[in-house]
Amino acid sequence: MEGNIGEMGQFIGAGLACIGMGGAGIGVGHVAGNFLSGALRNPAAAGEQTATLFIGIAFAEALGIFSFLVALLLMFAV
Amino acid sequence: MAGEAEHGGSGFNIHPMDQFKVTPLFGGDSVHWYTPTNATLWMLLTVLAITLVMVVGARGRALIPSRAQSAAEVIYGFTRKMVEDVAGKEGMKYFPYILTVFLFILFANLLALLPASFAPTSHIAVTGVLALAVFVTVTAIGFVKHGAGFLKLFWVTSAPTVALRIVLAVIELISYFVRPLSHSVRLGGNMMAGHAVLKVFAGFAGALGLGAIFPIVAIVAVYGLELMVACIQAYVFAILTCVYLNDALHPGH
Repeated sequence: MEGNIGEMGQFIGAGLACIGMGGAGIGVGHVAGNFLSGALRNPAAAGEQTATLFIGIAFAEALGIFSFLVALLLMFAV
Repeated sequence: MAGEAEHGGSGFNIHPMDQFKVTPLFGGDSVHWYTPTNATLWMLLTVLAITLVMVVGARGRALIPSRAQSAAEVIYGFTRKMVEDVAGKEGMKYFPYILTVFLFILFANLLALLPASFAPTSHIAVTGVLALAVFVTVTAIGFVKHGAGFLKLFWVTSAPTVALRIVLAVIELISYFVRPLSHSVRLGGNMMAGHAVLKVFAGFAGALGLGAIFPIVAIVAVYGLELMVACIQAYVFAILTCVYLNDALHPGH
């Protein structure tokens, strides 16, 4: 067994931080799925709302990106 | 970290993060602010590619456009419609800036997908400057246009009670200052993660040698995904710029 306990904590922390990305995945899927169900009910109105779709996806994704950032910081910056 | 790449497999080992190293173009080790690096080279190539499509390609102004001209027209019309839809008529004044940012990110992302290339947009330094420029510009526009009235952006008048408005003002203030961070890390993180995944699969293919059909199929699939991500992230960056601009132009809720 090599390495020290601080490094182990770093790796475990980075792995735990990646769980947050799963939450972002759920969020993005929720946005896209609800858009699709709405778009299938009223396809005529769907085209104008794609910009809103992407804004919603971007906001949902931002929080997953933060956890990715935390993982990166733990791996390379701490 | 770098030590782990040396274990196992045949001689073809790639560390997935090696591709993001900024190295001087003409030898030497030290990087100063004036040193031409591979990042400089690929940003220069990005600008040249944009010039080639948008200026040289569209120069003919033919009634029946050539391929380059219609590509330029589609990109221009698409961005114009996006700015007009999201930021309104007043936002059209800032259309050249948004088109510039969109084109730079789009072409940098697409050129980064060439083999042996370098991805400038995968660096937080590059995307951070782009996002900070947007943040500072938009905040300045808001204060110049509305003065102290720009602070109405944080005072949600549609909330029923004053106590709730104070809580919401704190949340809005935090979310306003987190904007440049999420704006830059979204683009940089997406590009970096995608390229790292490509390199990880390339490492599998190299280690397997002749039996590498599955990693190669996976690389093709991930490459297609990356092509989509490159376009979508440029679009998202541009449309969020429009959203922030719209907030600055019309701060009332």
